[in-house]
Amino acid sequence: MDDLYRDYILEHYRRPHNFGVIDEPTASFEGSNPLCGDRITVQLGITDGVVERVGFTGRGCAISQASASLLTDEIKGKPVADVAALRADDLLDLLGIDISPARLKCAMLSHETLQKALAETDAASATPAPEGSPA
Amino acid sequence: MSLDVARIQADFPILTETRNGNRLVYLDSASSAQKPVSVMAAMDELMTHSYANVHRGVYAIAEEATARFEAARRSVATFIGAGDTAELVFTRNATEAINLVAYSWGRANLHAGDVVVLTEMEHHANIVPWHMLAAEIGIELRWIPIDDEYRLDLSSLGQLLDGAALLAVTAMSNVLGTVNDIPPLVAAARAAGAAVLVDASQAAPHMSIDVQAWGADFVAITAHKMLGPSGIGALWARRELLEAMPPFLGGGEMIRDVRKDGFTTNELPWKFEAGTPAITEAVGWGAAIDYLEALGMDAVHEHEQALTSYALAALADRFGDGLTVYGPRSVDLRGGVISFLFPEIHAHDVSQVLDEEGICVRAGHHCAKPLMKVLQIPATSRASLYVYNNEADVDALVEGLSKAEKFFSI
Ligand SMILES: Cc1ncc(COP(=O)(O)O)c(C=O)c1O
Repeated sequence: MDDLYRDYILEHYRRPHNFGVIDEPTASFEGSNPLCGDRITVQLGITDGVVERVGFTGRGCAISQASASLLTDEIKGKPVADVAALRADDLLDLLGIDISPARLKCAMLSHETLQKALAETDAASATPAPEGSPA
Repeated sequence: MSLDVARIQADFPILTETRNGNRLVYLDSASSAQKPVSVMAAMDELMTHSYANVHRGVYAIAEEATARFEAARRSVATFIGAGDTAELVFTRNATEAINLVAYSWGRANLHAGDVVVLTEMEHHANIVPWHMLAAEIGIELRWIPIDDEYRLDLSSLGQLLDGAALLAVTAMSNVLGTVNDIPPLVAAARAAGAAVLVDASQAAPHMSIDVQAWGADFVAITAHKMLGPSGIGALWARRELLEAMPPFLGGGEMIRDVRKDGFTTNELPWKFEAGTPAITEAVGWGAAIDYLEALGMDAVHEHEQALTSYALAALADRFGDGLTVYGPRSVDLRGGVISFLFPEIHAHDVSQVLDEEGICVRAGHHCAKPLMKVLQIPATSRASLYVYNNEADVDALVEGLSKAEKFFSI
């Protein structure tokens, strides 16, 4: 049990970094874990191709919360291209624990949601901006 | 308690194994039950000595296999109070049984605007087939709500059933444990001119049921939750309905004659059993029923009621309001399925901690997402009790939960 719930994982779970909504996000996506129905929303504030601001909201298990906390820390201040290139394995390295197949969906929820939020930004920049900003 | 649990446990090899040095405490029978040696032995024996396809060969082992397969059908029929084996169609599971009704009866009898009444406590197996029909032919779905004691709220039953063509209801919730009183629901549906489908997946393993006394039209059951193997279940339906229904799947076995210009269907129940059935599994299911009947379904029920009372009291004693239990408080209204949640700790984390102790509980939405939405939670942990569980298992659960609570306390 202590292998999975390492102290730093529990610490990120109890006090997740970047938890909350951000002002005027340029991209936002709500993802859900089909296994348990958990939902999280990832919001990005992208300026000049750089993820300047990031926030997430939603409740989940310790693994999904810690993963969202670590991932949002990792991408802050990074160029969008680098963030888009982040693979699932990179997030597993960040987590630094062995995730059983049953819990992989929990660990990957933030990653999937982030990728979808980025895809939304791509779509938004490829087409003329609709009225108001996408939320 | 009226069951000798120590003796029963000895019949289930998996329960004598250890994990991480812990005895296995299996509390997920509502998802799928463990199997006694007699079930495995019956399946093994068939495959070792008498295996062949059924209803085809004229050689001795084919006749033996056919006889064993049909004997299993008789056992299942008798077990649920069906008078006539022609009314008992083997399917893959309860899900397929309900889909059979939706596909065959539903498409032949329901039209745009017709109403199917469900309840908020249905399993996805008794929701999605009706959503599919709604998308295909435009039927309307109505939902019987639940009240704050987690029972069906029947205060507007008359309105909901008004003009309805079908009521599809579970006999026991796989999340709340709530046991629904079927005969009055059938009476109300009849009065409104609606047919009735009962999902008995959770009820059949735990109490004596009688499909004829219920007066329903369709009843779905599944073997793997009642000590039998996975891969087989059954639809019971009244003969007139089955006779009038068009076939479901087409192929071998379900036909009487096939010509270049068409086919005619076989007699009941084989009309609805296309292709080679789950022969070995049927024989295993028959053995599971023998096992349950030897224990006696009244004794099984009494045992589970007593153990459920014990568990509810133990959880309330230890955690008080710190743990929310989603289900009726009185054991008169419920079975041994206990869903619970620490408000601040996710169900996944709880099961993970319990798993370390060798305790198996389910965490998630339990294939009842509309119910989760009504309860306004994404997931619960669920412990479910069966014939091989005892007070020591419940005690282990309570201790495991205490550990989880300490571990994740903020
Ligand atoms: C109430 C209820 N209905 C239907 C089912 C579906 O059973 P099966 O998966 O065997 O078709 C289940 C099992 O999870 C259930 O609990």
